[in-house]
Amino acid sequence: MTADSSERQNNNETIQEPSPLRETWLRLLKNKAAVAGLIIITLFLLLAIFAPLVSPHDPIAQDIEFRKSPPFTRGYILGTDELGRDILSRLIYGARLSMTIGVISVGIAMIGGVAVGTISGYYGGWFDKIVMRIIDIMLAFPYVLLTIVIVAVLGPNLTNAMIAIGISQMPRYVRLVRASVLAEKESDYILAERSIGTGDFELMFGSILPNSLAPIIVQSTLGVGEAILSSAALSFLGLGAQPPIPEWGLMIASSREFVTNAWWIVTFPGLATLLAVLGFNLFGDGLRDVLDPRLKE
Amino acid sequence: MARYILQRLLLLIPTLLGVLTIVFFMTALSPGDPARVMLGERANAQQLEQLREDLGLNKPLGEQYLIYLKRTLRLDFGRSIRTGRSVMEEIREHFPATIELALVSMFLATFFGIVIGVLSAVKQNTWLDYSAMIGALTGVSMPVFWLGLVLIMIFSVGLGWFPTGGRMEVRLFFEPITRFYLLDSLIILIRDGDPAYLKSSLQHIILPAVALGTIPIAIIARTTRSSMLETLRQDYVKTARAAGIHERRVIFRYALKNALLPVVTVIGLQFGLLLAGAILTETIFAWPGIGRWIYSAITARDYPAVQAGVIIVSAFFVGINVVVDILYSVINPKIRLR
Repeated sequence: MTADSSERQNNNETIQEPSPLRETWLRLLKNKAAVAGLIIITLFLLLAIFAPLVSPHDPIAQDIEFRKSPPFTRGYILGTDELGRDILSRLIYGARLSMTIGVISVGIAMIGGVAVGTISGYYGGWFDKIVMRIIDIMLAFPYVLLTIVIVAVLGPNLTNAMIAIGISQMPRYVRLVRASVLAEKESDYILAERSIGTGDFELMFGSILPNSLAPIIVQSTLGVGEAILSSAALSFLGLGAQPPIPEWGLMIASSREFVTNAWWIVTFPGLATLLAVLGFNLFGDGLRDVLDPRLKE
Repeated sequence: MARYILQRLLLLIPTLLGVLTIVFFMTALSPGDPARVMLGERANAQQLEQLREDLGLNKPLGEQYLIYLKRTLRLDFGRSIRTGRSVMEEIREHFPATIELALVSMFLATFFGIVIGVLSAVKQNTWLDYSAMIGALTGVSMPVFWLGLVLIMIFSVGLGWFPTGGRMEVRLFFEPITRFYLLDSLIILIRDGDPAYLKSSLQHIILPAVALGTIPIAIIARTTRSSMLETLRQDYVKTARAAGIHERRVIFRYALKNALLPVVTVIGLQFGLLLAGAILTETIFAWPGIGRWIYSAITARDYPAVQAGVIIVSAFFVGINVVVDILYSVINPKIRLR
């Protein structure tokens, strides 16, 4: 049964054959890794959204009397840091930051990369040649180095960190989208649409792009995890978030002095980062298994 | 074959030229006046003008660019703003430390990655496979610099097995021979019969190498596993099994050889990435390599050093990628035919 005929049936009567979207969803639910990832992501998203409601303390309020208190001291479940701030509350507000950073960075990379890749693949010619050369040059810089250099040029703060991560991740979307546009643009359905006078813009973004969505979705899910790691790394180096912002990487950076005497200050921010990134990686891997037709049985 | 190699090498020229161009304009357009940075806030207008004149910063941007290209192609990067020493000389001092660290990391990652990957594939869908793959996914999800701190906390501070940073105990002073301390200390062991140097350099390199090697281990294990699974499904493996060849021989002698083809590429690419990824690990472990050197150059706005560091690391990265491509076509006849 083709997707087309099942859709037609859906329109006429109540569900007999699941729609492609529903089918994908059902297959996703059978994938244990994807479900685990989804649960973790949802949890972090909820924490991020409801941070003021769920965090037990103010993330930047200092309880001078109880500096560097170990976990479970006077209602500080994960303990306090060197300035007497509640680590759990800081981690919850940090989730807000990391989720935002991840989504915005990937948004920049995806929107830029998809636009350039689509146009480049569709029109070809000299524009395509120049774009591919630029992409080659961008990929000549190792990813970490590229983000660091861009932030160094733009100035160290969170906004620039997101821009830098976005730019550094852009090449992969350009390549991905360009390749699938090249594969689709000569196909019969596009030729048919063109013959009835559909315009270039409509063809590119209305017809070709929706058919190339699967790899973009997988890439962007994995990209969010990577962006969270990169922003933590930049903040760790002092090139991202600046104190007293409760960013995970920054928390790890300021914990360096306490490896000898306060393990909780060191351990928890890293665990939070690890868990969030793991969530996106699990979900992204699961999505790839489900969406990649080559692995379909 | 020769044609393919030549083609790949020729393609390097425009890429590297692009790298040089981007690095130039990024530093030229970045905020801050290099002359001001070099002389400090107290400098008067006349001194600033004189220095700009000396550095050629007064010339039009186009002319500055051409001068820069000429000098860079001769590997002349000028002098460091911080130390006043030749940038190239400083790179020569710091790069071996990074290469040594990356090599040891890659050695660990290759060995353990392949072993884990093969075991996972052979025992597919057992608890061993699941835990290995969850472990691998955890490995790539971890902030490496945090892992470094945790390793220090457990093995250096807690158990006291390893030092917290550096390449060699300070009291063991020696004149570097190759600047690869493991090699140097081996030479000392053979020449003077003193094992203290080798012991110390090994102790210093283990923790950073493990931290830096985590991501490569995970990626190599995952690649090996999926490649091995694919190979084990192929007809020639089935034939070998049907012919009654011992399973161990089928796996190691027949399947592994072909399954390792894509792994070779991954190992090469990861090695290239480590050279830059070392920035974080080197910072944590006070490892005096090129990554930490570039990082401190960036924070000090030491433009000549930043330019040189970024160019050298990127050139190595691109070079390694090309070598990997060529190597892959050599060991994989299918590509050569194309």
